[in-house]
Amino acid sequence: MKILVAVKRVIDYNVQIRIKEDGSGVVTDNVKMSTNPPDDNAIEEAVKIKEAGKAAEVVAITIGEEKAQETLRKALAVGADRGIHVKVDNIIEPLAVSKILQKIVDKEKPDLVFMGKQAIDDDCNQTGQMLSALLNWPQATFASKIEVKEKSLEVTREIDEGLETIEINVPAIVTCDLRLNEPRYASLPNIMKAKKKPIEEISASDLGVDIAPRVEQIKVEEPPKRKAGIKVANVAELVQKLKNEAKVI
Amino acid sequence: MSRESMEYDVVIIGGGPSGLSTAIKLKQLDPSINVCLLEKASEIGAHILSGNVFETRALDELLPNWRELNSPIKTKVSKEKFLFLGKSKSLSWPTWLLPAVQQNHKNYIISLANLCRWLAEQAELLGVEIFPGFPASEILYNDDGSVKGVATQDMGIDKEGNKKDSFEPGIELLGKVTVFAEGCRGHLGKQLIQKFELDKGKDPQQYGIGFKEIWEIDEKNHEEGLVMHTAGWPLDNGTYGGSFMYHAENKQIFLGYVIGLDYKNPYLSPYDEFQRFKTHPAIKKIIEGGKRISYGARALIEGGIQSLPKMFMPGALLVGCDAGTLNMPKIKGSHTAMKSGMIAAEAIHYHLNHGDELSLYGKLFKESWLYKELFQARNVKPSFSWGLILGIIFTGIDQILFRGKLPFTLKHKHADHETLKSAKDMTKIDYPKYDNIITFDKTSSVYLTGTNHADNQPVHLKLKDPDLPIKYTLEKFDEPAQRYCPAGVYEVQKENDVNKFVINSQNCIHCKTCDIKEPSQNIIWVTPEGGGGPKYGNM
Repeated sequence: MKILVAVKRVIDYNVQIRIKEDGSGVVTDNVKMSTNPPDDNAIEEAVKIKEAGKAAEVVAITIGEEKAQETLRKALAVGADRGIHVKVDNIIEPLAVSKILQKIVDKEKPDLVFMGKQAIDDDCNQTGQMLSALLNWPQATFASKIEVKEKSLEVTREIDEGLETIEINVPAIVTCDLRLNEPRYASLPNIMKAKKKPIEEISASDLGVDIAPRVEQIKVEEPPKRKAGIKVANVAELVQKLKNEAKVI
Repeated sequence: MSRESMEYDVVIIGGGPSGLSTAIKLKQLDPSINVCLLEKASEIGAHILSGNVFETRALDELLPNWRELNSPIKTKVSKEKFLFLGKSKSLSWPTWLLPAVQQNHKNYIISLANLCRWLAEQAELLGVEIFPGFPASEILYNDDGSVKGVATQDMGIDKEGNKKDSFEPGIELLGKVTVFAEGCRGHLGKQLIQKFELDKGKDPQQYGIGFKEIWEIDEKNHEEGLVMHTAGWPLDNGTYGGSFMYHAENKQIFLGYVIGLDYKNPYLSPYDEFQRFKTHPAIKKIIEGGKRISYGARALIEGGIQSLPKMFMPGALLVGCDAGTLNMPKIKGSHTAMKSGMIAAEAIHYHLNHGDELSLYGKLFKESWLYKELFQARNVKPSFSWGLILGIIFTGIDQILFRGKLPFTLKHKHADHETLKSAKDMTKIDYPKYDNIITFDKTSSVYLTGTNHADNQPVHLKLKDPDLPIKYTLEKFDEPAQRYCPAGVYEVQKENDVNKFVINSQNCIHCKTCDIKEPSQNIIWVTPEGGGGPKYGNM
């Protein structure tokens, strides 16, 4: 079995996001970037499946600018066998990403495609679902447990009501939840070895995919500032304020 | 479980200006020397914080074509101001009356973090192997006592010290020479200085704590290239410190404050002095209507040549502020750190080829402009122990009339942890409330640093005696850790009328002030799990 894992380079989750002054986006210059956290879970799971002898190869793919290769190197350092870097210069939307992934799937013919359930920068949560539709493959989203069977997967999904367990046939798409596993650390010797693993570079334009945006972004704004709270002297005052000022009771 | 080990010619600990310059110079001298550099931050630059007005002297020597290499050194200093602040007034001091060391017209306003990122790119192009996210946590020694290398921190240990599923043992990095470039109060450098008695016969090291905020300000208040320093208010005559304000690119200003850690009043809160400073009319009018976008703090070296330890020992060298090469009257340590690294590289290169002792480093250092510069600067900082006014008068005589050539050297008498007076003998300082426009509380400031430490790991701020903070330090000094820590790591909380000392280690921004100022030296800063700590951008 072969597993393709999609990873995305995003602003590190610890960094406080700043909006560009002209409202055209967020500041990314000199900002610490990392792998999208649930993508780390996706890589970890794929590597675990390989270590359990149930997969022969793990291929990591990223779509993005030159520096997105750092994200691939990290995936290689924690156990992916090789990388594919599809180069694009601009931010692209989930539809374009899934179309690119479709082309790569056609070429690589993996049995499984793993990715994070959503990216923490745009919070779209669409790529896995769109890819599933484009390929006409079954999907299991928000996976918190994956069991590999002969020709199917048993996947436990994190849903609002609790946990749902489904069985889907392979080939399939799985989008991974943070609860799926605890990603390992890249050890120093493995980081060194990763530098020697192959990364294939492909230009998006060579794939013959229309990646033009379908959504026009009008403006990016900061959320409104929370107003300072007040202290009330006693319960009576609190009730009075809730009634007359906040008008919630 | 035994650790893996990797061998290099040279292992460098720390990806600041000194470590990166050592690495670059080594590769220039001989590309076949294999060099590895460890950095505890998640990426190069993420733990770097500095003013910074940059003198290019060392860089001119290291990479003479830096102007053609798309370096982040762009904003030339165009104008300078020096203000003495009273409570509401300010007095402008003519810059021609400033000692030459404080004149900046040939220098540049830069972000040192960005300079380090760029230096790291240059180093990698030369073949240096750089590993961010790997703190060196332990020094390894050969049987003959010489330094053999370092071990990186184990990853995936829980609070109680047990191995988690994700456990990844540290590895041993062995070097023919190990270079310690951790910056001010490096936790391994500190051990080396003790073990090899490198500070024997030297004055106690002197430190300061520096704060920095980046503001995006109104265009009409912004003057790209303007460098302004202040002394005076809000500090009293007996406390050493001052501010900087550098007008950088993109309508940003780098606004900061430095306070000597030899302050005496345990009630003094360096953080609050900085916040209060911003409310001075001369400062407020510039930042009003602007937006604070970054915050950070870091301890710095102030001791100069009197306190500079011996910088070599069997198998290892100290470079930059891990030893203490900052030039205090110049308010600059980047070019000196870089130069020390470059000299170290020359000594290492010779050592690898001829097997001579590393003491060559000491000799080359003494012959360099770096030594001359630090020697001339030596009497400024100690003269301020007489107070701001006498300090300034003396500095004028020493630096302008005698250009640092007075035939004596003033001493630093005390280590910074010895200077606090009993709380009962000092007056409480009543700091104004934060307005959340110009002044901010510590929590929202720490938020801007992006600092984080994976939870469920051992606390990296160790107490030698866990009872001491409540039993002694609270009683005697009103537990000053609550105030000197710029990130709100330390709190004294009352639980059922019993005082408890709380360490919020996840807030730590790796400034090392606690390790320096704690009056009984009871707090030891050790490395947390790799990648922890602040995520500074263009600091």
